[in-house]
Amino acid sequence: MRGMRTPRMRLGASVVALSALMLSATACASDDGDTPAAGGDASAGASGQIKEGLSVAFLPKQVNNPYFTVSDNGGKAAVEEFKGEYKEVGPSEASASSQVSYINTLTQQGSDVIAISANDPNAICGAVNQARQGGAKVVTFDSDTNKDCRDLFINQVTAEGIAENQVKLISDQIGGEGKIAILSATANATNQNAWIELMKAELKKPEYSKIELVTTVYGNDEDQKSFQETQGLLSSYPDLKGIISPTTVGVAAAARYLSGSQYKGKVALTGLGTPNQMREFVKDGTVKNFALWSPADLGYLAAYAGAALASGMITGKEGEKFTAGKLGEYTIGADGVVVLGPPTVFDAANIDQFDF
Amino acid sequence: MTTTTRAAAPPPPTRARGDVRGARRLFVVRELGIALALVLLVAVTAVYNPRFLNAQSRKDLMLGATILVVLAVGQAIVVITRNVDLSVGSVLGLSAFATGKLFVALPDAPIVLAFLAGIGIGLLCGAVNGALIALARVPALVVTLGTLYVFRGIDYSWAAGQQINAADMPGGFKRLGTQTLLGIPVLALFAIVVLLIAGFYLRSYRSGRELYAIGSDPAAARLSGIRVGWRVFTAMTVCGGLAGLAGVLYAARFGTLDAAAGTGIELNVVAAVVVGGVAIFGGSGSVYGAALGAVLLSTIGSALPVLRIDPFWQQAVVGALILAAIGLDRALTARIASRLRGRREVRGA
Repeated sequence: MRGMRTPRMRLGASVVALSALMLSATACASDDGDTPAAGGDASAGASGQIKEGLSVAFLPKQVNNPYFTVSDNGGKAAVEEFKGEYKEVGPSEASASSQVSYINTLTQQGSDVIAISANDPNAICGAVNQARQGGAKVVTFDSDTNKDCRDLFINQVTAEGIAENQVKLISDQIGGEGKIAILSATANATNQNAWIELMKAELKKPEYSKIELVTTVYGNDEDQKSFQETQGLLSSYPDLKGIISPTTVGVAAAARYLSGSQYKGKVALTGLGTPNQMREFVKDGTVKNFALWSPADLGYLAAYAGAALASGMITGKEGEKFTAGKLGEYTIGADGVVVLGPPTVFDAANIDQFDF
Repeated sequence: MTTTTRAAAPPPPTRARGDVRGARRLFVVRELGIALALVLLVAVTAVYNPRFLNAQSRKDLMLGATILVVLAVGQAIVVITRNVDLSVGSVLGLSAFATGKLFVALPDAPIVLAFLAGIGIGLLCGAVNGALIALARVPALVVTLGTLYVFRGIDYSWAAGQQINAADMPGGFKRLGTQTLLGIPVLALFAIVVLLIAGFYLRSYRSGRELYAIGSDPAAARLSGIRVGWRVFTAMTVCGGLAGLAGVLYAARFGTLDAAAGTGIELNVVAAVVVGGVAIFGGSGSVYGAALGAVLLSTIGSALPVLRIDPFWQQAVVGALILAAIGLDRALTARIASRLRGRREVRGA
């Protein structure tokens, strides 16, 4: 059941192949004084300003998904900062081709920037290419299309970043040794499986040699199924020390289950969750910490990247730099990918500063 | 089962009574078949892993079945009248979200109010279904397929991408989801009470028996003076109300709500009812059977992870178990029916 829920965490279908990007993304704040590296880009130096009145349209995977509501609102904040016109349109169902008609409409309306989270890497390519011929700049965020179809992809985080972060969090919580398990979304979710593979690789490092990953189970991003899988884990592995659940539905369900069971405080839990969902469980001691990128920042960065493209400040080539308002400066990596940054870790000390 | 219509004619009284007794035994055996499958499943799982039956796990099993049982009881009442309600998942979603919204708006709202609001929304949705079926004479399958989308659509537009989290709901309400009374989770008590009331009503009240008559043969029921339209309307309304109650229980149990809550659960409910021996063409079966079917399905869901069945195979295994449960039920029914026929022939000779 609930096919609609899976897209929430089906973040980047193309999270694979981003291994090289960690380098470029993180160290950009330091070289603030540099002019953009691409020298042949005359317009970049001349008009270092975002044009006013750009029409920016956000097209999420589906319009009633809380995750995209937050990221689109981040985009809206950015658009208001550079005095553009913001618009959000999108399908109510996250099926492969449902976005095509919306892209066509935006093309006809002459949008300057389309920020889109693709439901399918290929299905929308034709429509996106038409939009670009019509003069729009297309930025994908959260989930990419084929790299030839869009100008830039704003990646929330790299797969390596997730794997390193999650393994580190659980290792700290269980004192570096013991059995752990992974509660994932669906068994064939591309991004989840990529993360799980990288976590396994990460666990091979010497500092994690005493941690044993006993199994991976799938909660299908359903509350009931995630409850049952968590329950099954705890009875199958009496000496289980911790659970990693890199999906927002899974981690919230597992936390809710643990908080009402005899295992509360005895079995560690971490994963990718939203602060609003997890606040309760962090405060009652079920969960020590967990991580996520900020979906609002993701939308914000996508809006600025699109506006910089539409204003001619950047062209989408590797190595170009642009400034995204309060987030600072970003550098475009290989294949036109911009990485938002390492995930934010939420714990009892900082969770109240976030509202999404 | 044609007891009612046949009883209308003046046959020898002994024969009618014999039929009723035979039919009643048939019900008992049907439920026994499901209960047997359930016991077998629990036993096998417990042998494999004794922790499957420890206190925590028993509690989880009961909690896991609660929502499905409440929905299955409502659905059974409707299916017995030869109708079906496919909109229960959407009604549950709407009611659950309304409960969350209520607590966001009024953090100090009494818990009773949440229940009243949830059940009220459910009754309203059920009444819409019932009115369309009874007045417009459209088949329930079509009407509720339509309202499945309509109610979900209302839920979506109301939610507008919003999510309600555990932290938004008062502690007392959330404790309902974890508290126990004499070792039985409070939420499960709701299901038990609903089940007993519905079971008693269907068995002992004239209007309850009339639901069976309608399901056996609507035309004959109408001819014998039963207000078919009104009874079907009531059955649909009750089913909606129970789906509303299930929505409130869902909110208490899971704590995280968005517009997608309960999507697709209607198929589980119909499966539970059918597995529980309620004939999909109406007229026979009981809410106890449907409840057992629901318990069986949710226990399968809990047992498979404990048995460490490969996740890629789990859905296929669930499907196979449903077919096996129905197969067992059919075999038993056929045997009873042939024995019943045999006895009747002997008596007739």
